[in-house]
Amino acid sequence: MTQPILKMQNVSKMFGGVKALNDVSVDVFPGDVLGIIGPNGSGKTTIVNNITGFIKPTSGKIFFKGKDITGMPPHKIADMGVTRTFQIMRPYFSLPAYKNLVIPLFSPRAKRTGGWRGGGRHGDRATVAVDILEEIGFERDSNIPFKPTSSLPTGYLKRLELARCLSLKPEIIICDEVFSGLSMSEIASMVPLIEKLHEEGITIIMIEHRLRELFQVANRVMVMNFGEKLIEGTSDEVMADAKVKEAYFGSEKIEEVMTYA
Amino acid sequence: MNTQQLRKERIDRGIKVRSDGLYALMSWREMVYLALPRFILIAGMLSLPLLMPGVYWQRVISIVCIYAILALSFDFLAHYVGLVSLGGAFFIGTGGYIAGILNSYFSIPPFLTVPLAAVIGGAICTLLLFPCLPLKGVYFAIVTLMYPLFMARIIEAFDIFGGTDGILGIDSFSSTFVEQYFIVAMLLIFIFAIRRMVTTDMGLIFTAVMDNDQAVKASGISITKYKSLAVFIAASMGCMAGACLTHIYMWTGISMFALDFSILPIAATVIGGSGTLVGPLLGCLILVPVSELLRDFGTLRIVFYATLLVGFILFKSEGLMVFGQRKYEQFERWKGI
Repeated sequence: MTQPILKMQNVSKMFGGVKALNDVSVDVFPGDVLGIIGPNGSGKTTIVNNITGFIKPTSGKIFFKGKDITGMPPHKIADMGVTRTFQIMRPYFSLPAYKNLVIPLFSPRAKRTGGWRGGGRHGDRATVAVDILEEIGFERDSNIPFKPTSSLPTGYLKRLELARCLSLKPEIIICDEVFSGLSMSEIASMVPLIEKLHEEGITIIMIEHRLRELFQVANRVMVMNFGEKLIEGTSDEVMADAKVKEAYFGSEKIEEVMTYA
Repeated sequence: MNTQQLRKERIDRGIKVRSDGLYALMSWREMVYLALPRFILIAGMLSLPLLMPGVYWQRVISIVCIYAILALSFDFLAHYVGLVSLGGAFFIGTGGYIAGILNSYFSIPPFLTVPLAAVIGGAICTLLLFPCLPLKGVYFAIVTLMYPLFMARIIEAFDIFGGTDGILGIDSFSSTFVEQYFIVAMLLIFIFAIRRMVTTDMGLIFTAVMDNDQAVKASGISITKYKSLAVFIAASMGCMAGACLTHIYMWTGISMFALDFSILPIAATVIGGSGTLVGPLLGCLILVPVSELLRDFGTLRIVFYATLLVGFILFKSEGLMVFGQRKYEQFERWKGI
């Protein structure tokens, strides 16, 4: 069996007396699309913050390709190729959209990897940035890539988050609720994007509330509740589990919820 | 009864094709239009010392330029990196003392002490401010305000570097002419260099650190590295200004850490226009001479001075430079709606 690309080993995180994560272990294998679901406050985003170094775990270890990355600063972890999007988008509002990507393209990792698809070292960063934006669904011939970021709608900001990850030529992308706040049609156009990244061999971890779309792309799903891992398995296995039904859907029937989800 | 409402319409003037920093020039007229403000700045600053009557006012111009360099470093740190620094006095004092020590203890001539003070002083200031770099906003401002007070008291308490008397008998520049044009030239170089730098990709990183440091971290870039680089740039400019001041006064002492050096640049930046990098110079050109003119009024001058400041902040809070730039670049006309 292949080595896991990312391994969480008994990770716990205490915020004062609150146990945000309790002894969570998970293995992510190269090429996986791992979905993480769970009710609000169940510790999903805390997992992301722990992996990417924005928070130090209280106990436990995190390994990337067998190397211990526990407690490393965020920029070092991003430099290794573990990138993330933010649930609340964090673009640079004072810059035009394409300039947002000049920043990651300036990073040491982008210099090493030559930017997205080998352009970085040869073309200037702004050109590469527009290429990446086109890749991610900004219409090249329109003025949208050149508009001030503050004037862009949520859909584009979410794409910009993904584009930031892509410009680092990542090995893992951790998407923290990329579908939330989007309209049905916007989500429908994002799903193929995720699928495409997956086909290109990028390992993806997705935190999602939109179960239907998540199950389309995820090959494994992990369910969190009160900071604990309830179960991990394929979407069918997870949905059939009694504990999940109780924690995640309350007493309602699962099919009913699925129709609204 | 006329109930028609009016609104001000603004239309970009002049250049036919204009995008962000890219100009397509069609005629001499347009080239002149673009070059004129820069020319006025350079020619104006270079001719200013010649226009001044007497040594006293020429000296004032040198002081204006020293404050302008400080204000430029404040403007750069505050509006392009997001670090509101009250460390002007810290930079001036550090630079001043280094130049003083180098010149009086090691008899190094002024033309070497000034660049040395810029580099060594910049490094010392960055090193001392390094632990405070994770701080933001008002917290960083307060900490940087503490440093000059701290340095002055240390020098006083340990009686080092001449203690409260300071270091006397420091060489001056070889002539008034050299002194003035050296400082004016440095100021102009700094203004254009910083303006150029903030538009490069590295300058964008600074802006990004100000906008959203979490996203910069997630982009695989160390924000501490870029913050310390920015502080080094700003501190070097400040230390250099301090070194020049030391050679002008031929003396250095703990009043080089006076809070004037922290506060006046901020006032000048507000008056001149925040984030314009030229505005701070404009502000200093107003504030410093006014402060000199009001010297006859004794302590009452603070009242006039404060009134002037309040007036500017109330009625032209955008700053002179922003106002002027808008008038220069755009037509304005009233239009019915």
